[in-house]
Amino acid sequence: MSGTPIVLADPPGPRGRRRILISSILALVVLAGLVTLALLRLADKGQLDGELWSVFVDQPDLRTLLWNGLLDTLRAALTAMVFAAALGIALALARTSRQWAVRIPATAVVELFRSLPVLMLILFAYLGLPALGWQLSAFWALVLGLTAYNGAVISEIFRAGIASIDRGQTEAASALGLRPLQIFRLIQFPQAVRRMSPTLISQLVTLLKDTSLGFVIAYSELLRSGRGAVEFLGSRYALPIYTAIAAIYIVTNGLLSALARWLDRRQSRRLGGRHAELPMDAAAATAALPEPSGPDSART
Amino acid sequence: MPPHRIGRSTARGSIAIDAVFDNLDIFAEGFRRTVGLSLFAAIAALILGTALAAMRVSPVPPLRWFGTAYVEIVRNTPLTVVFFFVVFVLPQVDIRFSYFTFAVVALSIYHGALVCEAVRSGINGVDLGQAEAARALGLTFTQTLRMIVLPQAFRNVLQPLGSVISALIRNTSIAAAFGVQELTGVVQRLTTANPDSVIAVLLGGVVAYLILTLALAGALALTERRVASAR
Repeated sequence: MSGTPIVLADPPGPRGRRRILISSILALVVLAGLVTLALLRLADKGQLDGELWSVFVDQPDLRTLLWNGLLDTLRAALTAMVFAAALGIALALARTSRQWAVRIPATAVVELFRSLPVLMLILFAYLGLPALGWQLSAFWALVLGLTAYNGAVISEIFRAGIASIDRGQTEAASALGLRPLQIFRLIQFPQAVRRMSPTLISQLVTLLKDTSLGFVIAYSELLRSGRGAVEFLGSRYALPIYTAIAAIYIVTNGLLSALARWLDRRQSRRLGGRHAELPMDAAAATAALPEPSGPDSART
Repeated sequence: MPPHRIGRSTARGSIAIDAVFDNLDIFAEGFRRTVGLSLFAAIAALILGTALAAMRVSPVPPLRWFGTAYVEIVRNTPLTVVFFFVVFVLPQVDIRFSYFTFAVVALSIYHGALVCEAVRSGINGVDLGQAEAARALGLTFTQTLRMIVLPQAFRNVLQPLGSVISALIRNTSIAAAFGVQELTGVVQRLTTANPDSVIAVLLGGVVAYLILTLALAGALALTERRVASAR
């Protein structure tokens, strides 16, 4: 990651070091200048006034509103995560089935859901299903749309994980007399999850971010709550309130990513020695993921 | 929300496909706008992302910090929130454009971070031995980069970059919520106007998006085969 590009050139000598120092100072000056310019502009338009930013202290209702919005966001995200994981497992299993009558529809479903905007899937659940006679709340429409898209993506992640497992594992398992479903449950799935946990978690971060689409269908998640507050207090409050919302998302997602890193570290410690590089292999396999050509072509 | 089953549809069967064909010109207009959004935003995001990637591998620390901070912040912010900042906060400091331009700006800011990560992983994916061998043969820094590392990085980067662009095309749909009448916006409008053919309109939108994403996947597969055969 870091420090690799050194091979591209000799380590910098005294002149190179001086040049790097000068560029650093120059870059710092330019960046600081840009920040100052932006701040001046904001101050000029009264965007940095104290009473704008103390709104979080002055208005306890605002804090409650955002807190409830965050809870609604987390509720939708967690529900969709559980459903998407279940759908992902089912689709991955179906796609690796030996029966074409199972495999082909599953492939079609995965490719379809993956090729559509999440917002279209949410709208389909919100507008289309009621037209077919199935009324459902904004919450469930959001969860359903997110489940459809993320289930398809997660199934691909599982599939890539399974493909990256040494084939001898499955062969040994079937030599021991395990049935395909047992092989999946006991041999392939646990290893795939372990290898794919970094990719899986980053997909969960994506899911969490996408819950903000709920504001389109009037689900009262964090962003929608913030928008309501800005409409109530006046558009002058757009900057402080949206900044707070962005910060909340960044912290929440950062916690999820930290969890991913922690899992990753714990796992490489546990596997230790020879297997320590396994997650890297899995990461390479996922590099081929998002495209339909499949993970099999990733490493040969 | 949609007041469904208002007379007409029951008389003509449950799915009135006419709503799509009667409004084909509106669909085409939305399609054009989606393509336009994707094209402009993709170009801007590619430029921004490459610049950010260059910063992140550069030997100048402040540039590296900036690149890292940008990517970490933007990547953890929902695209919708980026849209909110662009559409609602910029006018507060008297920066005003059309909704279309605002959408292009928001999409570029967000996907620039993703492009940066794709490019960076591509450069890092080139085996170090390659650069070492090139250096051992006496190639200079620029020669190593130009003749050995970048061509291979390009090959590595093609697939992740393709999926970023595909995500961008799909994410243009969010612009519908911010006053741009692209495909999703058209679908939303037509479903309200034709409550008895909601499904037909939605399916029309689905087909239109499939055309776009599948065309991109096809083009990508073709390019990949060509690049692979050059190996």
